[in-house]
Amino acid sequence: MASTGSKLDLDAGLVDGCRQAAAAVAEGVAERIAGCTTVSVERMVVRMLGVDGVDRFETPLPNVVVDHVHHQGKLDRGIAFWLGGAMARTGLSAQQLAEGVAAGELDLCNPDGADPEQGIKAASEATAEALAAIHRDRAQRGGWISQLDDAAADRPQRYVLTATGNVYEDVRHAEAVADHGGDTIAVIRSTAQSLLDYVPFGPTEVGHGGTFATQQNFRIMRDALDAWSCENGRYMRLSSFCSGLCMPEIAAIGAIEGLDNMVNDALYGILYRDIHMRRTLIDQSVSRRINGYAGIVINTGEDSYLRTADPVESAPSVVASQLINYNLARSYGVPDEQIAIGNAFEIDMSVENGLLLEWAQAQLTRELFPECPVKFMPPTKHMNGNPFRTHACDTLFNLVTVATNQDMQTIGVPTEGVFTPHIHDRVLGLESVEYAAVTARDLGDEIEFKRGGIIQSRADEVLRGAAELLEEIVADGLFAALERGRFGNIERREDQGRGIEGIVECGEDYFNPVIAQMEVGAPGVESGMYV
Amino acid sequence: MTAVRPYGDHYDDGLIELSFTLPVPSRRSARKAATMLAEAMGLEAPEVAHCEELTEGFTFFVLYGRCPHSVDFTAIDDAEWEPVPLSEPEIEEFAAEHLTRKVVVVGASVGTDTHTVGIDAILNLKGFDGSHGLEAYGAFETHNLGGQVSNEALVRTVLELEADALLVSQTVTQQELHVGTLRDLVERIEASGRRGEMLLICGGPRITNDLARELGFDVGFSKGTYPHHVASYIVRETAARAASETETTSAAL
Repeated sequence: MASTGSKLDLDAGLVDGCRQAAAAVAEGVAERIAGCTTVSVERMVVRMLGVDGVDRFETPLPNVVVDHVHHQGKLDRGIAFWLGGAMARTGLSAQQLAEGVAAGELDLCNPDGADPEQGIKAASEATAEALAAIHRDRAQRGGWISQLDDAAADRPQRYVLTATGNVYEDVRHAEAVADHGGDTIAVIRSTAQSLLDYVPFGPTEVGHGGTFATQQNFRIMRDALDAWSCENGRYMRLSSFCSGLCMPEIAAIGAIEGLDNMVNDALYGILYRDIHMRRTLIDQSVSRRINGYAGIVINTGEDSYLRTADPVESAPSVVASQLINYNLARSYGVPDEQIAIGNAFEIDMSVENGLLLEWAQAQLTRELFPECPVKFMPPTKHMNGNPFRTHACDTLFNLVTVATNQDMQTIGVPTEGVFTPHIHDRVLGLESVEYAAVTARDLGDEIEFKRGGIIQSRADEVLRGAAELLEEIVADGLFAALERGRFGNIERREDQGRGIEGIVECGEDYFNPVIAQMEVGAPGVESGMYV
Repeated sequence: MTAVRPYGDHYDDGLIELSFTLPVPSRRSARKAATMLAEAMGLEAPEVAHCEELTEGFTFFVLYGRCPHSVDFTAIDDAEWEPVPLSEPEIEEFAAEHLTRKVVVVGASVGTDTHTVGIDAILNLKGFDGSHGLEAYGAFETHNLGGQVSNEALVRTVLELEADALLVSQTVTQQELHVGTLRDLVERIEASGRRGEMLLICGGPRITNDLARELGFDVGFSKGTYPHHVASYIVRETAARAASETETTSAAL
């Protein structure tokens, strides 16, 4: 993974200070969100208990069930308490109960003849079965993967986006990507999805700027990639977006459907979708718990800051956020090898020595997270629609990716900033990635930087800036930092944002068997990784 | 020049390059299909410079050909397409001289589009690439409503604030989705009966002035637009409309 030794001659004391400060920030966040759940967390539990489908108004049954209890003001005990109670009382499955609620024939909160102990037992057993099934499927997949080639074992993993809006078209694009050396398919979601407080149902053929993340769409792409992997002897990974208002539910669906990777940032929804701070932070904690448990690699989203703020000036905020994001993920059980730390190549090409600044930042990320699969994103902000220029810039990005030993790279496409990529645009991008990967393969190992030169000085300057910012955040808290626009130049108010109505204070007897059992960890899996 | 053709390495060679994918297997017949298609487009002597299989049943081509068509460059009015924009101080000066109050500008990225990079670049103080956004001008009162704003909510706000100019941005769009969203917005404004009171402006990488006008907007801005381009248009047009109103009123008296 990481190359040995520091090329940047970083101040070790400063690095330690940054790490400790970021850990303290994460602890502060945990205190602010303790004792709360959200409607999306509860819907995740309903899904884990086996509920799927929609009612006659196309409302997903997990929403029907949770809203049914929420409207009675009784969600503070946890949906599993009510569903488990009804399961024990009636002998029906969670799915049958959900259908009964949807038909208006059943009140989950009617305690007639209920024995709370029996209900808790029923829900706990159903959860254990569901988690055992996930564990079994993941272990099986892990065994299969270990028999296949992994081209990304000794070069950066090539992460490629599809976004046609139609899951069946996405499959064609994914096959072209696989045929040209891509390693991971990430299906971009329809732009409207992050603000939906439900997960759409069924296969979808219409989406805008992307394809809806639904359980059926996950399965269609998973099956197609598995078929390709079987035929070609090389494993193709699948990724999606565990973000927006339904992070915990998407995580559950991804775990069930065998995804390998999820974009799963702690702050993205707050900054870029104006979702309420506490709502997002509660949802990220649970979604990361699930991803960590299921062996899914998560990607953090610091690349976004560089698109809305100046990439040269805001570099320290990227490092500060990477460390905070990392600590938040760690505190919910995600091991290092499943935390893909995000960074991007966004400095304006007209900045003199901008390439050196990029190189410094990419190397800095590499050295700060030696055990994490660091992930590098291609230029977008200053791409002006000229595909030839963009292709040239992408090639420089590909070179830095190889030379700084990044573990994953999103590939750049020549038509960045014009439209979502056409089928050949990705292939052109992958070809450029391959040139750099082959022709400069061991460049990183050959390079030492000039002591006190531009690259070392830049890394030091960025790290010092990050240390200062982290100190401020330790003192005033992450919420205050978000209010001051410290990340991505975007200011958010603590008392505003979408999804606030979905936060529920837990009662003293709150019951959530999914989180409780996941906290114990998967049986016989030390790190969470199955391969 | 009355007959302009593409220029490759000498006048009138008409050389043009195309790249596209055909959903056919990569065989010799695929090359033939690509050249036939180019001929059907009117290109002469099409030559496939590069072709490769993307995946089974999909082949990518880079093709060159000669375009026999030409356009009459003298017939195109420069002024209409590229009005020389005023600088920031010139805009403030122009507004002070010709306008009696601040111009109320409301902006948003509408429909399913969450991307605010375009509207932020034009409206927010910071602006884009050294050119301040409209918020920085004394001439404007700006309201940036952000991303994924429904047309319904936008129109409500515009009417409440009695906006003089409405700016809508469409950044990420697919399958002509932006066309439907923008058309719907114009219909809603028309239905409010107050269309005449405001400038309707749209912008984005897929927007052209032609498209904007066809959809019922006053103007459309494409890639390469800076805040002062939009600001120049707003102050000039607002002043022109005020002047013509005064004329109409005096004529009526």
